[in-house]
Amino acid sequence: MRGRSWWLPLSVVVLLGAIVLAAFIGPAGTISSANWKLIWELRMPRIVLAALVGAMLSVAGASYQGAFGNPLADPYLLGVAAGSGLGATIVFVTGRSNTVGWLIDPLPLASFAGGLLAVLVTYMIGAAFGPQRSSLTLVLAGVAVTSLVTAIQTFVLYRNSDVIREVYSWILGRLSTATWRDVRLVFPYIAVSCIVLLLHRRQLDVMRVGDDEASSLGMQVSRVRLIVVVAATLGTAAAVSVSGLIGFVGIVVPHAVRMLAGSSYRRLLPLSIVLGATFLVLTDIPGRVLSTGSETPIGVVTAFFGAPFFIVVLMRRRLAR
Amino acid sequence: MSSLSLDHVSVHYGKRTVVHDFSDTVKPGDWLCLIGPNGAGKSSILRAVTGLASHTGSIAVDGSPLALRSPRRRAELVAYVPQSPLLPAEMTAFEYVLLGRNPYISYFGSDTAQDRAMVMNVLERLDMASFADRSLGALSGGEQQRLVIARALAQEAPILLLDEPTSALDIGHQQQALELVDRLRHEHGLTVISAMHDLTLAGLYADRLALFHEGHLVVSGTASHVLRAETLAEFYGVSVTVHHEPDGTVVVVPRRTSA
Repeated sequence: MRGRSWWLPLSVVVLLGAIVLAAFIGPAGTISSANWKLIWELRMPRIVLAALVGAMLSVAGASYQGAFGNPLADPYLLGVAAGSGLGATIVFVTGRSNTVGWLIDPLPLASFAGGLLAVLVTYMIGAAFGPQRSSLTLVLAGVAVTSLVTAIQTFVLYRNSDVIREVYSWILGRLSTATWRDVRLVFPYIAVSCIVLLLHRRQLDVMRVGDDEASSLGMQVSRVRLIVVVAATLGTAAAVSVSGLIGFVGIVVPHAVRMLAGSSYRRLLPLSIVLGATFLVLTDIPGRVLSTGSETPIGVVTAFFGAPFFIVVLMRRRLAR
Repeated sequence: MSSLSLDHVSVHYGKRTVVHDFSDTVKPGDWLCLIGPNGAGKSSILRAVTGLASHTGSIAVDGSPLALRSPRRRAELVAYVPQSPLLPAEMTAFEYVLLGRNPYISYFGSDTAQDRAMVMNVLERLDMASFADRSLGALSGGEQQRLVIARALAQEAPILLLDEPTSALDIGHQQQALELVDRLRHEHGLTVISAMHDLTLAGLYADRLALFHEGHLVVSGTASHVLRAETLAEFYGVSVTVHHEPDGTVVVVPRRTSA
């Protein structure tokens, strides 16, 4: 509880270090006055976007884990990412070119609607057919919903093969072509989402003792859970709408933070934001350096590290809390 | 000190009624113990008072109905210790007891120095100050049980509900836990309602017992009035001998029914 307050300042320093490091590394060489404009227009938006997306996916993962009382909850596994993907696909299919002049870009909104629908269906199935707080049922429900949503998406794409290229590059993520416009597009959603989630960090601690006991302590559990899930999904959908589907960040970062700084949500949420940003800024570096010409999508890098880590979490926690 | 009165309370789970028309008033500082076979409705009554089970009829603290209060105001009046509390293994004892302060902390607020001092004070009174930074997973069953009671105490509610507080404990820790509740009840003037399986312990600590069977109140009163061999045989289907010790203790001893 006490004496661990130095984690947050330390992690902010680490994040700043990671950003500076990332700014120095890239195909165009290190920072100089000659390539400053290039770095500002191409490298920096990508770094900032990676930080925003990493922060969002991590804090969303931690929040879902708290709201569902389930250590394996993650935007990817709950079907949020797939649902957002379907929402975005529908925008592409119905004519992306028509929406260019719109005041509010419909892409994040459609993505949000799809993601929210998917996570609610997953939760309802998980709650209806499993014992309360069962990790296994929720994850299996997520697998089923993801499969169904992906099947619908494949069907829609099959009927509209002209947009396959657009959608596929969207699914893999376009951090590589990120611009300041993308940053401006997602920043408001991610900022609002993070603020709402941070404001509920104490409530998430109360929810750790289960619905009944949290109610007996005077909390309106269903209302808090709904607010947290909607906020997390809003931010995730916005993140996914620019970065594509990136798995495992929402599991790897919160669990690493728990091991370092304890499991109270009051530390977990702020640290997940900062270290999630750091994680994605760093994992994006190999993708930019290793390949000239053909980029390594960041989702591939995070899955490469994330999947083994996920198995470690499974072994350590044996599906318990 | 506060009284708790239940007036024609029936508890429902969906269309099923699990408690039928129960009325009782527990006087300030009294201990009422609900007994009866599994499924008799003991836990359901406690859950209804906590606000976790839907019910008809009126449940009131000091004459004012709980149903009219917000969940937080209700939690300031009634503290609930469930039968099997969910104890997050990685949470520290201090963080856990601090949860009891939730009703007093505003929605977006966080705990004050006063809340934290109060928690330390409760831990000290239960001789658990040295446990503050230990995680719950590292504590024994008896220590965990004391901590759950500590959380209820930090809630500062005048009404304390205990659902099978001793069922997971050995005989020594059972006695310790009940002695603790009894001591706290006298120190703080708590009004206690518990559900218990051990009839001898129930009679030893509670002022009154209420025997339930299939959701109906059968008989209530003092231990010597409720704990009769014929009554227990009829509603538990057991064969027991009831001893009356000179100090007034009623001891229920099971008998072998086979030869």
